[in-house]
This record gives sequence, C-alpha cells and structure tokens, in this order.
Amino acid sequence: MTETTQPARPPVWPMYRSLVGIGVLCAVLIVLVFDGTRPIIARNRAEALERAVFTVLPDATRRVTFALVDERRFEPVTNGSGSLLHAGFDADDRLVGVAVEAGGMGYADTISLLYGYSPAAETIVGMQVLTSKETPGLGDKIQTDEDFLANFAALDVKLDETGTTLRHRIETVKQGTKSEPWQIDGITGATISSEAIGDILAASSAYWVPLIRRRLEDLETGGIDAAP
Amino acid sequence: MPEPGKTLDIDTSPHLKSGASVDIIMRNVVVALLPISVFAIYLFGLAALVTLIAATLSCVLTEHLLCRANDKPSTVGDWSVVVTGVIYGLTLPPGLPVWMVIVGGVTGVGLGKFLFGGLGYNAFNPALIGRAFLQAAFPVAMTSWYAPLAADRFVTLPSSTLTLPFATPVYDVLTGPTPLAALKFDGDVTATGDLLLGLTSGSTGETGAVLILAGGLYLIARNMMNWRIPAAILLTVFVLSWIFHRIDPGSYPDPVFMLFAGGLMLGAVFMATDMVASPMTGLGCALYGLLIGALVVVIRLWGGMPEGVMYAILLANAFSPHIDNLIRPRVYGTQRRESP
Amino acid sequence: MPLPDLPPTTPTDEFVKGLWRENPVFVQVLGMCPVLAVSNSAVNALAMGLATTFVMLMSNLLVSSLRNFIPKQVRIASYILIIATFVTIVDYVIAAISLELYNALGAFISLIVVNCLILGRAEAFASKHGIGMAALDALGMGIGFTVALLCLGGVREILGSGSLFGVALFPEAFQPWVVMILPGGGFFTLAGWLLLINYLKERREAASVMLQETPE
Repeated sequence: MTETTQPARPPVWPMYRSLVGIGVLCAVLIVLVFDGTRPIIARNRAEALERAVFTVLPDATRRVTFALVDERRFEPVTNGSGSLLHAGFDADDRLVGVAVEAGGMGYADTISLLYGYSPAAETIVGMQVLTSKETPGLGDKIQTDEDFLANFAALDVKLDETGTTLRHRIETVKQGTKSEPWQIDGITGATISSEAIGDILAASSAYWVPLIRRRLEDLETGGIDAAP
Repeated sequence: MPEPGKTLDIDTSPHLKSGASVDIIMRNVVVALLPISVFAIYLFGLAALVTLIAATLSCVLTEHLLCRANDKPSTVGDWSVVVTGVIYGLTLPPGLPVWMVIVGGVTGVGLGKFLFGGLGYNAFNPALIGRAFLQAAFPVAMTSWYAPLAADRFVTLPSSTLTLPFATPVYDVLTGPTPLAALKFDGDVTATGDLLLGLTSGSTGETGAVLILAGGLYLIARNMMNWRIPAAILLTVFVLSWIFHRIDPGSYPDPVFMLFAGGLMLGAVFMATDMVASPMTGLGCALYGLLIGALVVVIRLWGGMPEGVMYAILLANAFSPHIDNLIRPRVYGTQRRESP
Repeated sequence: MPLPDLPPTTPTDEFVKGLWRENPVFVQVLGMCPVLAVSNSAVNALAMGLATTFVMLMSNLLVSSLRNFIPKQVRIASYILIIATFVTIVDYVIAAISLELYNALGAFISLIVVNCLILGRAEAFASKHGIGMAALDALGMGIGFTVALLCLGGVREILGSGSLFGVALFPEAFQPWVVMILPGGGFFTLAGWLLLINYLKERREAASVMLQETPE
C-alpha cells in the first residue's frame, strides 16, 4: 500500500460526494417522515391535553386555549407556548372553569400538574398530576390515593377585598387534621410529596386566580367567538 | 499437623502474638451486642426476638450454603457472619415481615460479602448492604415503627411479622414515628430522658444508647475496636449540630438530641467500625469518622429522609480505600522527607 | 478506499450468532445505557428493543449498500449521519404511535444514536459484507438485544410491579420490590442474568472438555 511509505492525498472529491450525498438522502428521509407524522403527533397531543382538561374540569365538554398577552389580557390561540390557560365550556357555551398547568419541585424530581379553577365557585375543582418521578409506593400516592385526590374536588381559593391576593393561601396539613376549606389533607408516609403538591398549587393559584378574575370576560367572550 | 511443642516452628516475625484471632474478636463483639439485644427484646417483645433470630439465621445460613456451593470450607466458624447477622437484625424495624428480613440477610451476605470474596474483601459493611437493599425495595415496611413497651409484647406477635412471603404487611397497631421522623415531619422534639433510656420507637437495637456505648467501651478496653472512629463520628456530629443549633435553634435540633436520636450510636460504635471496610491508619480513621459525622448531619438536616446514618457509613466505606491511599504510614527506616 | 469484503459465512450463522454466542447484552455487554435505563417494564423493554432493531437494520442496510461509495476517512461521520437519521425517524414514529410510550422512553429514544452496538455493527460488519448478510446480522443482533431487554424488563416488572406487560400476575396483597424499578434494580437484574449465563457457558465448556478428554 502507498500509505505505509508515503501518505497518499486524501480523496477529497469522494469525501464531499459521499457526505453531501448521504446528508441530502437523510434530510429527505427525515422531512418525509416528519411531514407524515406531524398531524398525528399534534392530534395525539391535543387529545391527551383534552383528556387532562376534562378530568380537572368535570363539567366541561369543549376546550379553548388562551395565552396571556402582555401579562394583562387573554387571547385565544390555537397552538402556542409560554403561559397558557385552557378554558373549559359546557354544552351551552358557558365557561365552567379554567385549567392551569403548574409545576414545582417534589421529593425526587419536578412534578407537573394541571388543575381546574371554577370562577363561579371560586374553588379548585380538580387536579391531575401530569408527570412525576416520586418514589413508587410512597410518593406516587399523590396520583393514586383516592382520599388525597378527593381534596381537590373543592379547594377554596377566594380572593380578599383588594382582589389581588388570596384570602387564604392553600396549605397541606397532617393527614386527618383538615379543618378549613383551603387546606389539603396530607398523606402520612408521603409528607414531602403531598406538601409539594400543596406548595405548587399555592404558588400557582396566588399568581393566576387574581389574573383570571380580573379578565374573566376575555375568557367568556373568547369562548363565544370561538364557538362554531 | 504436627503436635505443638514437639517440633521446631520456623516462622517469620512477629513471634509474639496477642492471640486475638478473628473468631476471638468476633465472639467478643457478640458479647458486647448481647445486652443491646436483650434490651431490644425487653422494649419490643417477641417482634424483636423473631427479627433478631431471623436476621442472624438468614445471614449464617447464606454464608454456609454459598461456601458449600462453591466447594469451599464453611467460614461460619469465624463468627464474623454471626456479628453481621445480629447487627443487621438490630438495624431493622421490629415487626418487619420475616420474609423481608430473610431477603435482606441473603442480599447483605451474598451480595455485600460473598461476591466480593468473603471476609476481608468486602468493601462495604454487609449488614448495611442488606438494610439498604430493603430500604430501597420496601420503603413503606422499613419506615413503619411500633411504639415501645406495648402491654402485650411478650405474648402476641404483631400481625406484620408473620406476613406471608411476597405479601404486603398489614399493621394492626397504629405505629409511632421515630424521634427523628417526628422532628422532621411534625416538628416534635422527643424528651432527652426518653432518648437516653432508649424508650422511643425505632429500629430494634438503635434506641438503647447507654448500652451501645457500654458495649463499645468494653471492646475498646479489650483493644478490639478502633476508638478513633466512633469518637470522630460522635464529635463531628456534636460540633456541627451545635454550630447549626447556635445559628438557628428554631430549625436545627440541639446536639444532644442529634447524638442520641436514631441509629447514630449503633452505627458509630458497631457499624462504622467494621474492620474490613474502614481505613487502616489512625489518621485515616479520624478522617473517615469526620466524613461519616458530616454526612449524617447533612442528610438529617437537609435531606429528604429523617435518618442518614446508613447511607453515610456506606458512602464512607466507599471512600475508605482512597483514604488509605492518601494516608500511608511511613515505611520504617526510610527518610521522613524526600531527601533533596 | 473501500475495505475488502470478508470471506462469506453461512447466512444462518450470521443470524444466529447475535441471539446467543455474541449476544449484544449478555456477551458483548454493549449499549448498557438503554438496557439499564428503560428495562423497568416489559413494554418499555420491548419498545426500546424493536426501535433499536429497526435503526440497526436500516443503518446496516444503507451502510452495506453504500460501502463502496464511502471513503474510509469519512466513514464514521457517514455512519453517524445515517444512524441519526433513522433514530429521528423512530422518534417521530413512536410519538405518533403512542404519546404515553414516548414519554416513558423519554430521552432514551434519541440516545439510541449513541448506542455503541449500532455503530459497532455498521463499522465491524455492514461495511465489510453484502446487503443480505448485513440485514441478517442486524436482525440477529437486534432480536438478541430485544430478547435480552425483555429478560431484564420481565424480571424487573414482575418483582417491581407484580405484573407483566401491564397485566397483574399476583393477588392484591403482593408486595412490590420498589428497588427493582429504580435504577439500582437494573444493575442487580443485569448482574443476575450475567451470572446465570456465564455459569451456563462455563458448565457447557466444562462438559465439552470432558467429552474431548474421554476417548470413545
């Protein structure tokens, strides 16, 4: 071989040819598959979201997603990122509640959840954990324990007179000692995880509930505009 | 084997031996553990007795059977596996299902000791390996504690002890939190008197602090235990928690509580001092103790779990060969410093 | 400069070797990252195994058919490009099939691209063999990988959740061994399987030595 005695000039043209050729081939393949699967993936995601929204807003039959614009008003969007709200409407196009995504640190990793807020009752009416890596058998009771989940069927988040802060911050208490409507009955053995849920809800509701109440008409009219 | 006294033994030095072989030391450790075990049975009754017996038997049998399966002479006679078994039993919650005790014992001796090559080669304390496996596998059962001094403890076994193999234990009596769990999750401080006397709920043998210290002193007096390790651990925990208690007495417990609550005493005296898994030099032992003490304080004060002695010791076990590598004794006769 | 093709072996041999003699997980101990990370349930294990098999099959086919076209100076770059393409495709397809599965496998789908097994087969086999052999090799290795993953995933799911493919196997009272679905359980299970397989191999070798030594 020539290489052993004297380094041969690397074959530049075949190198270009093969890399560019393979690159183009791969790009075409990826684009084709991407184009073919995109609508299916989008539909899957929308369905998953819809299921979650209807779980936390039991009365809702239709969902409209809103984005917070300029930190002041809500506008309906079809798909977007950032601060999103999902308004749920019943069969008569009345706003039954708003589903809000929230997240925070749990025991093992971050927990993300979706909760439903009913402006009429001024309560949280449902909560579903979307992702969590809490210890199986202990911390994951926040997803399975029926007594714990029953807390979120009605959780008081009334505003005080100023309309900017909650009258009572949501808090998690020791199992069996819940005495006020804004308290969450915790889980013995999963103290940290159940407190994490309480903290996530408290922080998120303190931010979102005043905003939603102030601009409630955005959400209500948005629903009628978007109605077919 | 020639009869002693009739032949001339030719051997390398040292020629004068203290006579403290592995089995003599280990038998002494068992003697030191006996009062603790008796006190544990007094506190928790039949549940503790069953747990201790199951733990010891499962460890001894595992070692024996593994030796037999590998056509090696059984090493049960050196008593080291008995010590492992008793210590392992003392770290378990009383009322742990017997089948879980056996799973942990088999794992601890098989995985933590035998696979590494048996006594002298285990990098980690086998008793703690068994307990750590159970903690990861059955977190609920490993944190369910019975209150001490129950009225019927000598006549009835708790329902959880006799759970069928592979079934979830059912606890008939409402369990009491350990002092550390009570502090971490509820902010309740246990009375110091109860802590000193060991009249709290907790692992089978971790509560009787006075008896544990007495057993440790007995072994230290007979020169069978390196006093530097427990001394360094307890001192580090005391000093660190004193500092944090001074900074903010509201959120950090006082140092006496830190010393006597949970498994610190048992761990510092009987588990961190595992001869194989701890460093060899005096300075190394002090460093090793310092590491354990600091880890215990860190895990207890800021960790998610109320107790951290087990993980602190296992982590420090992993460091111990590196400590030995770092601190090497000077070879006799060589220069103190590298000559220029 | 293309590498010279190796002398042909029997197609059956190329297919079967990945299943047992050169099993990628139990013998070559390659691609441990997905093996340990996503074998916490049988479904995840199967999905990861099939995804890896697909990527390996397609990349082996393409690498083998292009083996006289790719100069050896840029071969690794070309292989990575080809493998990454198929991994991206698998990523989209799994998301389209089931979002739940996609979330369970998480980043490990994208990490198939750095699975040394696939690059290893492209470099060590497909670049030196014809298309048919390369496909058989990829299928054998892929099935071997999938079976190994299923062995781990099965044990871990049975002990860790008391079920197999999501179907509960035991009465309600079964106590799950939580450690088995945590990362530590992956190491324990893999070690257990390696122990068993090496024990079997050793016994078989001892038996064959005995056969050779004892004359008929």
